[in-house]
Amino acid sequence: MRFEQYQLDGFYDEMFNPDGTPRSGALVLYQRLRSLSEGELLRYQQAAERALLNLGITFQVYSDNEGTEKIFPFDIIPRIVPADEWRVIESGLRQRIHALNLFLQDIYDQARIVKDGVIPEDVIRSAKTYRSICEGLKPPGGIWCHVTGTDLVRDRDGQIYVLEDNLRCPSGVSYVLENRRVMKNTFPGVFADTHVRSVSDYPGKLLDILQQLAPAHIANPEVVVLTPGIYNSAYFEHSFLAQQMGVELVEGRDLIVQDGFVHMRTTRGLQRVDVIYRRIDDDFLDPQAFRPDSALGVPGLMEVYRAGRVALANAPGTGVADDKVVYAYVPKMIRYYLGEDAILPNVPTYLCWQENDRRHVLDNLDKLVVKAANESGGYGMLVGPHASEAEREKFAALIKASPRNYIAQPTLGLSRVPVIAGDTIEGRHVDLRPYILYGKDIYVLPGGLTRVALKKGSLVVNSSQGGGSKDTWVLSGNGGRNSGPNHGGGLSP
Amino acid sequence: MMLSRVADSIYWMSRYVERAENISRFINVNLSLILDQQLEGHEQWEPLVRITGDYEMFKAKYGQATGDNVIEFLTFDKEYPNSIFSCVRSARENARTIREAISSEMWEYLNRLYLKVRDRANHKREVLTTDAHQFFTEIRLAGNLFDGITDNTLTHNEGWHFCRLGRLLERADKTSRMLDVKYFILLPSLADVGTPYDELQWSALLRSASAYEMYRKRHGRITPEKVVQFLMLDGEFPRAMLYCITKSEESLHDITGTPMGAYANYAEQKLGSLRSELAFTSTKDIIRKGIHEFIDDFQDNLNNVDAAIYKTFFELSVPGS
Repeated sequence: MRFEQYQLDGFYDEMFNPDGTPRSGALVLYQRLRSLSEGELLRYQQAAERALLNLGITFQVYSDNEGTEKIFPFDIIPRIVPADEWRVIESGLRQRIHALNLFLQDIYDQARIVKDGVIPEDVIRSAKTYRSICEGLKPPGGIWCHVTGTDLVRDRDGQIYVLEDNLRCPSGVSYVLENRRVMKNTFPGVFADTHVRSVSDYPGKLLDILQQLAPAHIANPEVVVLTPGIYNSAYFEHSFLAQQMGVELVEGRDLIVQDGFVHMRTTRGLQRVDVIYRRIDDDFLDPQAFRPDSALGVPGLMEVYRAGRVALANAPGTGVADDKVVYAYVPKMIRYYLGEDAILPNVPTYLCWQENDRRHVLDNLDKLVVKAANESGGYGMLVGPHASEAEREKFAALIKASPRNYIAQPTLGLSRVPVIAGDTIEGRHVDLRPYILYGKDIYVLPGGLTRVALKKGSLVVNSSQGGGSKDTWVLSGNGGRNSGPNHGGGLSP
Repeated sequence: MMLSRVADSIYWMSRYVERAENISRFINVNLSLILDQQLEGHEQWEPLVRITGDYEMFKAKYGQATGDNVIEFLTFDKEYPNSIFSCVRSARENARTIREAISSEMWEYLNRLYLKVRDRANHKREVLTTDAHQFFTEIRLAGNLFDGITDNTLTHNEGWHFCRLGRLLERADKTSRMLDVKYFILLPSLADVGTPYDELQWSALLRSASAYEMYRKRHGRITPEKVVQFLMLDGEFPRAMLYCITKSEESLHDITGTPMGAYANYAEQKLGSLRSELAFTSTKDIIRKGIHEFIDDFQDNLNNVDAAIYKTFFELSVPGS
C-alpha cells in the first residue's frame, strides 16, 4: 500500500513525524503496511468488517426497520500510543479521577469547595445534573465514579487535553476489546513485533470492583448489569460485558423491590441482587425518585440504595461533574483537593455566564466551538469555523437567552491518523477515550477507544455523527524490536 | 436459577430453530411426493398450508395455492411469522436478548444463519427456481448444527434444559403435523392404500423425518401401521413423538428437581399426563380413533403444555406488584 500521496496538512499526525518519517513506535506497522500490495490492505479491511458483522458487534440505528443494526465503522490501521506518552496520560487520569471523586464526595456532603469560594454555589445548583436527592449519600468505600471514560484530544502542537470526563455511563469499552480481537487475527505478526499491551483483563477488573461494592458479609454477591433493553444503542456492550463477567443482564422489568431489597424474577422465584452496574441514566433509574414517566427503571430502587441494601455503579449524581461549566473548574478541584497542578490540562473554556467571557464568545463565534453545558454525543454544538452565518446567529441568540447553559472553546486542530479512504490512505481527525476503573485503587486500561471522524475534514468523531473507531495500541516499550535509529524511510517530501 | 425472561427467550430461541428446520422438512416431503406421483400441483400444496393452521392468512394474501406461492409463503414471507425467514429472525432476535446467557458460538452461528437467510430472501426467485433442494437441505442441516453447538458449548444445566424442552416440544408438534400431510394427501385416493404408490408416499414421509433407514432397521417392510408406530410411538427414535415427549419431560423435571412420576406444578402435570397417554396407547387405538383426530387432540394437549410452562416459569406473578 502506498503512502506517496499522504499529506500531513499541518496537523499533528499520530503515525508520522512532521518531516514525514514514521514515529519510532509506528515503524514496524509502517513497514508492514508498505509491504502489503494494493489490494491486500483492502482485503484485510473487508475481512475485519465481515468478522464484526458475523460476531454481531453492532449498534442500533433508530428509525430504520430492517437494518436496525449497523456495525460501528472500523478502520484497521491502528493508532499507536508510545509508552512514555502513555505514562503521562495514565498518571494524569489517575490524578483527575481521584480529584473528581473527592469533589463528588464533598459536593453532596459539606460542599467545602463552595464554602471556600473555589466554585460558586450557583454553578453547582444550576447544573441540570446536580441531584439534591444524593445529598448526604455515603456510597460504599466513598467511591462515586467507578467507571469513567475520559475523552482526550490532541491539538496541532502535540499537547493533549481533556475534553470531557464522562462520569455517568461511558460506553465503548466493548469495541476496544472486540476491535482488538479482530486485529489480532488481521495483523498477528505486527502485534508480536510491536509489543502492544493487552486489554483483555478489563472484564475481570470490572467484576472485581463491582463485587467489592457489596457488603463484606456477603460471600458471593449477586452482581447484575442493568440495561434499558435491546433498543438501546449500546445494547451490544451491555450484553457483552455481562457475558464476559458471567453475570446476569437484567432489564428494569426483571427487577422488583420487595421487603427492602432489590430482587430479580427468576424461574425459581425472587432472587436478591446486591450490586447493580447500571447502564441507565439517573433520570430513568427509579420513577419514584426521578422521572415519574420512566418505564425503564425500578420503582423504589433509590430507597433501597439509600438504606445501603444494594450498591450502584456508578453512583447517582456523578453527572454534576459532566456539566461543561463544572468541567471548567476541574483544574481548580485538583489544586484544592490534592494540592497539585493538573497533569492533563483542560481545553481552555469560556463560560458564557461570565460577562467578559460572553462578550468574547459572541465577538468570536466564527473561531470558537460552542457547546451546550448538558449535552453530549456531539449534539447541541456549534463548530464556528464550519458553521453558516444563520447557525451562528441562532447560537448567539441561544447564548444570550441562557448564558449559564453555554460554554465555548477554541477550535482545536485535532490530531490525525491514517485511514483507508476508498483506495487511498488519508489522514482523519481522532480523539481517544481511555477507561478508568475506581475500586480499591485506580486502574487505567492500557488502551482505549480511538474514535475517528471518517468524513474528510470533519472534527466530529461521535458514532451518531459519522464517526468510526480504530484499535489503540499502547506500547510496553518504545517501539519494539525494530526501534532505534530510523532507517525505515518515510513519506515522500 | 435463571431470569424468567431469559428462560422464556432460550425456550423460544430453540423452538424457532426447530420450527424453521421442520418447515423445510414439510416442503421437502411435498416436493418428493409430487415428483413421485406427477400429480396436479395445487391439489398437493393446499394441504401443506392447511396443516400449518394459517390457511386463512395465506388465502387472503395469495388466493389459490400453487407450488410457487406456498413455498414462498412458507419460506420467505416476512409478514408470516412462521415462515423459515421469520423463524430464523425470531430465533436470532431471542438469542440477541440473551447473548450473555448462551455461548458465543451459539449466538454467532444463529447470527450468521440469519444473515445468510436474509441474503437468500433477497434473491428468492433464484433460490426457488434453481437452488430449492439445496436451500432446504441447508436449513435442515442448520437445525442439527445448532443443536450440536448447543449440546457441546452450553453447560447442561437449567438453560440447556429449557433449550431442549423447547426444541423437543416443537419437534413433537411438527412430526405430528408431518403425519397429517400424509393424511390429507391420502384423502382423495383411499383406494391406493397398500399399493406401490402408497409405499412411495410413506417412504417419502419417512425420509423427510430423517427416519427412513432407522425405520427399515426396526420394522423392515413399509406398512402404514408400522410407520405410525415408528413416528408416533417409538421410544428411541429422536424425531418420534413419544421420544420427544419423554425426553422433554425429563428436562422439565431436571429444571424443577421434582421426581419423575410425580408433579409439583401445572406444567409437570400437563406434560406428564400427555406422556402417559402416548406411552400407553397403541397403533390400533390410534387408527380406530382416526389418525387425524388423534393428532388434533395431541396438538391441543401440546398447546396446553406450552401454556402451562409459560404460567409456571415465565410469567412470574409477584404478590403486590
